[in-house]
Amino acid sequence: MDDNGFLPRQALQTLLDVLRRQGYRTIGPVVQDSVVQYRDIDATDQLPSGWTDDQAPGRYRLTHVDSPRCFAWATGAQALKPHLFHAREVLWSARRDDTGRLAFSEQEPDVRRLAVIGARACDLAALNLQDRHFLHTINDPYYAAKRQGLFVVAVHCAYPADTCFCASTGDGPRAKQGFDLALSELDDGFIVEIGSERGRAIAAQLPLLATTGEQVREATDAITEAANRQFRQLPSTHLRDTLFSRLQHPRWDDVAARCLACGNCTSVCPTCFCHAEHDDVELGGTASRHLREWDSCFSEGHGHLHGFNVRPNTHHRYRQWMTHKLGSWHDQYGRSGCVGCGRCITWCPVGIDITEEANAICAGDLPQEGSP
Amino acid sequence: MDKPSIAVHKFSSCDGCQLAFLNAGEDLLKLAGLVDIRHFLEAGVADEYARVDIAFVEGSVSTTDELTRIQRVRGCSRYLVTLGACATAGGLQALRNLDGSNTAWKHAVYAQPGFIHTLDQAEPVSAHVKVDFELWGCPVNGRQVLAAVQQLLFGVAPLEQRDKVCMECKRQHATCVMVTEGRPCLGPVTRTGCGALCPRFGRDCYACFGPAENPNTAALSRRLEGLGLAPADVARRFLFINSHAPAFNEAGRQHYRQGFSDD
Repeated sequence: MDDNGFLPRQALQTLLDVLRRQGYRTIGPVVQDSVVQYRDIDATDQLPSGWTDDQAPGRYRLTHVDSPRCFAWATGAQALKPHLFHAREVLWSARRDDTGRLAFSEQEPDVRRLAVIGARACDLAALNLQDRHFLHTINDPYYAAKRQGLFVVAVHCAYPADTCFCASTGDGPRAKQGFDLALSELDDGFIVEIGSERGRAIAAQLPLLATTGEQVREATDAITEAANRQFRQLPSTHLRDTLFSRLQHPRWDDVAARCLACGNCTSVCPTCFCHAEHDDVELGGTASRHLREWDSCFSEGHGHLHGFNVRPNTHHRYRQWMTHKLGSWHDQYGRSGCVGCGRCITWCPVGIDITEEANAICAGDLPQEGSP
Repeated sequence: MDKPSIAVHKFSSCDGCQLAFLNAGEDLLKLAGLVDIRHFLEAGVADEYARVDIAFVEGSVSTTDELTRIQRVRGCSRYLVTLGACATAGGLQALRNLDGSNTAWKHAVYAQPGFIHTLDQAEPVSAHVKVDFELWGCPVNGRQVLAAVQQLLFGVAPLEQRDKVCMECKRQHATCVMVTEGRPCLGPVTRTGCGALCPRFGRDCYACFGPAENPNTAALSRRLEGLGLAPADVARRFLFINSHAPAFNEAGRQHYRQGFSDD
């Protein structure tokens, strides 16, 4: 078989069925609580057919249009992060018996196999960055177990939101890596591309037809058009030196006056990985669970060192976030930590736009001290 | 060794925070095995000035009688922990502090105002005596209360939760009601501890847990106005439950004056 084929729309259910027969838990996009979210699905009628998203700084709305398409939206509230790096997770627990002896038990990693339908190029670029952190830097067994069992069906993005800028980070809208299968959605079905041997084995069980040149052209044009429609961009994919030369820029104060330091941006960022650990002790003190949960460089605790706080105010916290994400990630992980998904822009309650801030801070010559 | 002893005292309040203990169910029975409950009127135990290791105080200090009573409670307690918005920040009754009209209200409401010995200001317990730990909320979260008790029993300072509600919303995968529906949510300036209860049910946070650390009330006020709230409505959001908490008092007053002088 070639490395692509055409799956008629009514046969999409077969893909779900095949994956489930292979033992995968299948998750895909559904509309829940006014937003597209990855949830468990077993039937294609659960997919958000006809739904499209309208995103702007601090604003997300869904509208329904007369279309059979299920992937005519840009990004949901979260990428794949919550499924691999859980928002709250037990690492180990302890119990004290009647004689006062303590027994510690390890939390077994979750090894269930998970197949996700609908991941975007930005989601996969973010997944690759989370791999660099959780697999190659800290070797986290909980992430590793879930990651190993992950099967990815990507969808090339043809519907960028106004907040998207993946073309400027080089991460989209075409999914280039990290998928087992990738789909291009047309009105009457999907072009299926094979990205791995596991993907090939699944594709072999699908009723694929040969693609026509017309179909491939339509799909390619839609991706090109999706890149052209994006109007936000970062000044460059490598801003480390520029940002670190501007730590005294007056724009940090300007953004700090607008920023709520609420942590929404870091929570929806598909590459942010910071967490805090604490103990949840049962009343009576005989049992305890050691948890890790999402933290944020915008929280107070994140900047606590013994006896003082290194980031007491929002000026320092926003600067930490941006200089790490767009600057020192290059040293740690070999590239910028931003994949251009635009979630931090949409889900910021006051609509702060990372591309606007980065452009303001990096533009032109370094401002003189005391200039506005 | 004797079991540690606790007392639960009521000042000016609705009793809702004491219910956090009573509603603890099985944990309350477990707690009763771990500590000696010396005073807790709502649970039927009365010995008001028994010496205890931990005194929980519900309610604000808002009458002349409460001024002396809070000193006596402090005097017979090793640790004093405030329980809820009234004890921690003055609560709803502190609304009367806003325009200094306590006397006018008293005469407007009561047939015999001479019997009402309210102070001009309803104040948090910390305005009168040293407080060792504060539990926020209207009402408090029972899990948080029991966690604080457990930590005090261990002899450590309870972990203070000062992050914004937004952090917990995201951990609970609650959809942001401000971004998706334009609701005037106060989560971005409010301290967590409730488990993001309201947003998880599609409702905007009304700040009952009081100000978070580093709250940018000015930026949120501008956003609320952008969502269409009139200045008086912005004031009501900040002044609803915790009007005496400094960060909310300041934010609310800016719009309170503005709102009513514009009318």
